[in-house]
Amino acid sequence: MKLLSMSVAAVMAASPVMADLVFPSLSYRTGPFAAGGIPFADGYADYFTLLNERDGGIGGEMAKVIECETAYNTEKGVECYEATKSEGALVYQPLSTGITYQLIPKSAADGIPLHTMGYGRTSAKNGKVFSHTFNYPVNYWDGASAGVNHFLDLNGGSLDGKKITLLHFNGAYGKEPIPTLTALSEKHGFELSTIAIDYPGQEQKSQWLQIRRERPDYVLFWGWGVMNQVAVQEAANIRFPMENFMGIWWSGSENDVIPAGDGANGYKALAFHNVGSDFPVFADIQKYVVDAGKAAGAGDQVGTVLYNRGLYAAFLAAEAAKDAQAASGNANITAADMRDAMEALKIDEARMAAAGLPGFGPEFEVSCENHGGPGNVAVAQWDAGAAKWSLISDFAPADGDVVNPLIMADSEAYAAENNIEMSCQ
Amino acid sequence: MFYREAGDFSTTYPQDSQTFPIKFDRYRYYAVLAVAFLVIPFVINDYWANAVFVPFLIYAIAAIGLNILTGYCGQVSLGTGGFMAVGAYACYKLMTGFPEISIVIHVILAGGITAAVATVFGLPSLRIKGFYLAVATLAAQFFFVWLFNKVSWFYNYSASGQISAPERSVLGVIVTGPNTEAWAKYLICLVFCTICAVVARNLTRGSVGRKWMAIRDMDIAAEIIGVNPMKAKLTAFMVSGFFVGIAGALFFAVYLGAAEAGDSFGIDKSFIVLFMIIIGGLGSIFGSFAGAAFMVLLPVLLKNVLVVGLGWPTDLAAHFQLVIVGGLIIMFLILEPHGLAQLWRLAKEKLRLWPFPH
Repeated sequence: MKLLSMSVAAVMAASPVMADLVFPSLSYRTGPFAAGGIPFADGYADYFTLLNERDGGIGGEMAKVIECETAYNTEKGVECYEATKSEGALVYQPLSTGITYQLIPKSAADGIPLHTMGYGRTSAKNGKVFSHTFNYPVNYWDGASAGVNHFLDLNGGSLDGKKITLLHFNGAYGKEPIPTLTALSEKHGFELSTIAIDYPGQEQKSQWLQIRRERPDYVLFWGWGVMNQVAVQEAANIRFPMENFMGIWWSGSENDVIPAGDGANGYKALAFHNVGSDFPVFADIQKYVVDAGKAAGAGDQVGTVLYNRGLYAAFLAAEAAKDAQAASGNANITAADMRDAMEALKIDEARMAAAGLPGFGPEFEVSCENHGGPGNVAVAQWDAGAAKWSLISDFAPADGDVVNPLIMADSEAYAAENNIEMSCQ
Repeated sequence: MFYREAGDFSTTYPQDSQTFPIKFDRYRYYAVLAVAFLVIPFVINDYWANAVFVPFLIYAIAAIGLNILTGYCGQVSLGTGGFMAVGAYACYKLMTGFPEISIVIHVILAGGITAAVATVFGLPSLRIKGFYLAVATLAAQFFFVWLFNKVSWFYNYSASGQISAPERSVLGVIVTGPNTEAWAKYLICLVFCTICAVVARNLTRGSVGRKWMAIRDMDIAAEIIGVNPMKAKLTAFMVSGFFVGIAGALFFAVYLGAAEAGDSFGIDKSFIVLFMIIIGGLGSIFGSFAGAAFMVLLPVLLKNVLVVGLGWPTDLAAHFQLVIVGGLIIMFLILEPHGLAQLWRLAKEKLRLWPFPH
């Protein structure tokens, strides 16, 4: 009984504090994917801490990041969403495709925008159907197309007769690129085969045996968590040419390549933001956040790939919040203001430079019909000697001719199944 | 003083064989039902529904189902997650295939389909027992997760393999989909849970349940006194599958709204339901509820106390939560191996003598 009253008190204590701009962070610092969840959550929290410390918040309103641990578990994700939504949450970024699928309908019903940056449901790009879900600047189908584009560049524009294997996590996330790659294989004449890895993917001997037997020219890889390290290690073990092995952006962090040592040299990964800590904003983070002892987590992740991604996510959210304040003339914005601002968001070089992030990500523009931008993706490569990632290409758009019809088809099927009326008319 | 048979005379046979023969118990049961049906729906909000009551009720149904199989009939099963997945995908296919038919019928049909599937997977129980049967049911768990991932017909060929529940209503009230009110979600689960519990309780009190328990206690002796082991074991699998299927259907349609076989119905679901009935008490309907409450409510409670109340970092709290829940499970199993239901039984024994124990 005492425990019960304590819990009631605890829930009461969490009653809304409406004065701040609330950015819930559904993070996972525990569980099987913690190695990826920690740097992202740190970057997300640190950027808002920086804005609070350096600029006094966003437009004079302090940003408040409420962390809630999901452990990548969908049920805990639902609990976190329900626990934080009444606190005036402006935008949700769950960093999990499974939780995203739960939140897409819920967030639309509650009128809170959902930003799934480079993950989640690809067809959410169609803003006519998914009014409250945004997946700018990129989605998985852009990634699949960008990967194939890179291979096209390497082969002088033709992949005729080549073999590409998709090695993927056997779940929602890993299956996403299959329709795009199937369409691309018809268009460019390469042979596609798919090999699935079951969760959690610590054991991939049979998959790599198959790759050894099939001898594909290129391998595309959709993995997350421990399966990334194992895949890179296995590729090195069978002496697969690393420059022909390319991961999605979730399979391209330091965690994934360092365990394989020199064997990982030349491994490629797609990227939708820049790498390293060679940007003015990092000096400010060091000064206002790390040195002040306010860094989230252990504070040792600054400048890693996934930390930068969390920072980029926070940057995009903060820019949208600024736009919302300007549009509504009200510093204390609501989730509805935030959604409208996200739908009109325009990120250009001047804006990134002003935030201390020149050239950090692609330039893009969001509209009511297009919640995903043009899908500009770059390719990063790992240099094991210098132990760092570097971008080896510019941000180039995905093949919209292939991706967009697939997005329309999938989103319209969803609209029909759920009786959703098209907006943006 | 209050909790005793004295003065409560049964004058008819139905009175004599009722579930709660003691007056105090009976009124307590009515009071719980009254609070659950008449008070909670009016005060519930989204958080309490989605984080506490709905998962509790659904897990309680699943625990009742597994308790019938494992607690009453003695057949160890590690396939609960797989059977819940059968219920969920059956419900999804029915919901999208026959949108004009009521969701209540779909949920019951999903239970029926799971019952049929579970009966088939119960066939090995006629030959193998104990750990070996556990492994055979474990195969069911992995098979279904694989099947629902592999065959795209089950998820209507969607690109990602996720299934999501469309909006459906009962008597004009929306019960699935994002626009569901908290009380509607809660009530539909409560109605199913209450009916399941009453049915299960009466099944286990009757001849069917006695046959299950005879098989559990000693199958050879049971066969000698005329219990047909094939029939008893397969009915246990069937009834258990029915409840677990209903739980899976509600879990997907009402609680999560979207699901994926490996993510939502993995091996950890099988284990968590098994822990529920072990902690709650094998062979007890009350134990199913107590175990579900323990496993669902305790993590939420700890999270609220540690993170919101004490302001701990979320990762530290999450790790401590595992330590505390794990420690409590071990403590319970050492101090009371028969589970929370046995504590409740002991409390009732004490209460019967109170306040004059001698």
